[in-house]
Amino acid sequence: MLTAVKTKKQMKQEYTITVYTENQVGLVNRIAIIFSRRKINIESLNTSPTESENVHRFTIVVIETEDVVKKLCRQIEKQVEVLKAYYNTNDEIVWQEMGLFKVPTDVIAAKVKVERLLHEYGARAIAIRKDYIVFETTGHSEEIERLIKALEPYGLIEFVRSARIAIIKSSKGFHEKLIEYEKQTADALVENEYLDKQEEVFTM
Amino acid sequence: MQVEELVEEKTATKRTENISGSVAVLEALIAENVQTIFGYPGGAIMPIYDALYDYNDKLEHILVRHEQGAIHAAQGFARTSGKVGVVFATSGPGATNLVTGLADAMIDSTPLVCITGQVFAHLLGTDAFQETDVINITTPVTKWNYQVTDANEIPHVLAKAFHIAGTGRPGPVLIDITKNAQLQKFDYSGYIKCNHIRSYRPKPIVRKEYIEQAAAIINNAKKPFVIFGQGVILGKAEKEFKRFIEKGGLPAAWTIMGMSAIPTDHPLGVGMLGMHGNYGPNVLTNECDALIAVGMRFDDRVTGRLDKYAKQAQIIHLDIDPAEIDKNVKTTVPVWGDCKETLPLLTQLIEEKQHTEWLNKFKAYSQKEMDIVIQHELNPSSDVMTMGEVINTINELTNGDAIIVTDVGQHQMVACRYAKMNHSKSNITSGGLGTMGFALPAAIGAKYGDPQRTVIAVIGDGGVQMTIQELGTIMQFNVDVKILILNNEFLGMVRQWQQLFHEKRYSFVNITSPNFVQVAKGYGIAGNSINKRADLKNALQTMLQHNGSYLLEVMVGKENNVFPMVPQGRGVAEIVLSKEEI
Repeated sequence: MLTAVKTKKQMKQEYTITVYTENQVGLVNRIAIIFSRRKINIESLNTSPTESENVHRFTIVVIETEDVVKKLCRQIEKQVEVLKAYYNTNDEIVWQEMGLFKVPTDVIAAKVKVERLLHEYGARAIAIRKDYIVFETTGHSEEIERLIKALEPYGLIEFVRSARIAIIKSSKGFHEKLIEYEKQTADALVENEYLDKQEEVFTM
Repeated sequence: MQVEELVEEKTATKRTENISGSVAVLEALIAENVQTIFGYPGGAIMPIYDALYDYNDKLEHILVRHEQGAIHAAQGFARTSGKVGVVFATSGPGATNLVTGLADAMIDSTPLVCITGQVFAHLLGTDAFQETDVINITTPVTKWNYQVTDANEIPHVLAKAFHIAGTGRPGPVLIDITKNAQLQKFDYSGYIKCNHIRSYRPKPIVRKEYIEQAAAIINNAKKPFVIFGQGVILGKAEKEFKRFIEKGGLPAAWTIMGMSAIPTDHPLGVGMLGMHGNYGPNVLTNECDALIAVGMRFDDRVTGRLDKYAKQAQIIHLDIDPAEIDKNVKTTVPVWGDCKETLPLLTQLIEEKQHTEWLNKFKAYSQKEMDIVIQHELNPSSDVMTMGEVINTINELTNGDAIIVTDVGQHQMVACRYAKMNHSKSNITSGGLGTMGFALPAAIGAKYGDPQRTVIAVIGDGGVQMTIQELGTIMQFNVDVKILILNNEFLGMVRQWQQLFHEKRYSFVNITSPNFVQVAKGYGIAGNSINKRADLKNALQTMLQHNGSYLLEVMVGKENNVFPMVPQGRGVAEIVLSKEEI
């Protein structure tokens, strides 16, 4: 069993890193260079406001081992303006990405199959012009990619996919945590991940 | 929003005065108890220098000869004084010249606040004269940096800068101030020191459970071994550390940055770790049953090959920076926190013990190192002088009370191997970055940081030529620094590697030097050069007794090597004592 745990930890897989930060110019760079310095590619990056005023949220997707992702999070948390960084595997989050597709209007009008295809993928038209229609769809990246593949033979003019946005299933929001951060002087607050995962960590 | 967060509620009666951003900068420095600034003026920082004209009686400004000199001097200052070093530089080239020093301070955790001038805010991004994107250039090498474009920001941004630089794991902070903000008049209502930033946690909470677990491991250990780094000095925890090792009877070895935290002749001090450290501590790292790391970061020069590092031991790591735990070496028990707090807690729980047999093992290795390496270094059979005997003679003459500032290379390793140090903050060197050219300017700062003590800059013939212009600073400000050049007419450390690992293909390590004594003379600095052992003691004595700065060049063996050595890519226990063993 121990060896199984080890291989899982050493295996590269998709991780979603959620970072709560202050809203400050230059912070994207400070966080991005933590990855680029180690020659790690960022698959997707999204910044957004959060439920707490003045707190920003970065959602970053990387394909790496847990060991590396854990270290990345520690380095991210070390940045002065970062409040907290979490990392999760895909089964621990609910996530979505969005795709926009521009398709020639005449193709849609002529070919029923395309209309059916778009319907099947839950795409909806958000702009209809004489020469083109823009469809929007949301889902996991694989779903969006499948639709692109399906649309390619029918004269897809342009397509764009957004970064991932994700919500951690077990998260209770950042509000409470933030209140703690504001109240307490710095030293009173660091999660005890070691004690929580004692069996895994303490190998003695 | 962060602006409001820091500025506390002001009382309605508090008077404000109308001052410029530049004056606010200087008021901030005074409020932070800064007395010494190392800097160099230029176009974009002229308003601050103009304001400085009127603050001559309150702030001492040391005009260096190159901005790299300013920042290394500030590092030296910070390291001997335990305070935050302050640097002024202008925009563009002035700021980019700081980068090496920032990287050095970042990796060696030296607290600095660097203030750079910047072009007017309306010119940002226009490729204006002497404009460079300093914030982005310095982001990877600063603990924090910030660009000020409005004078109103200055008081709280500087308060934040000093708080961040000096607390937790210290580091360099750079504040870039546009010229318009320096000139701008604003309503100033006083300076409020910063002591809390909600997103910044300088030190993690101390967990009792960890302390208990760590104590249990130490109490059960038959062969406990403490390795310590600069964290002990930065945490001002020298006394706490001494009590800890003395109660537990724990042998302790230092990293190059931790050196002098305990006197080098402390009975439990077993020497230096690392590539050119002592024999016993390296070999026995792989024999101890409990390895207790205090305020150190398992640098590759300390650990050698990681998969052969202390695999048999349970590892306790005390560090203030959570990112250091498990970064290089997997920890059995992490003791997060400031060692000033964690060490006394740990000391309380450990049993009073003596590990005589275990300590004797260190002594046995030490004797072997003495027989094979040290005695030849200190009492060479040939006429050619060794670096070790020079350092040893300094020990005799200063009795270990001097501050030794070293550059990078063979002389650095030899100085750290052989120097005797009785007081904390005696070893000032560029440990993590290995910056040649560090020593001369750092020695200037070291003297300002602790003016009562003798400061000896030990420098190689290569390194001294990298920042030799700072002799000008020494001249102008009469800085009492003793400059000792150990000249082997080679870039010695690279030469040693070329000899040992590149079939003696000496590729560009043959460096010629000017007549250093004449150069010093040109700067009005007294000097001497010797190449005979018979003159050594007298020459060093003259240097030390000279009133003011002095340069002494000692010609040493050209092709001497530093041993022991853990060759790169090998485990610490595979340390060799001579080139025949490689």
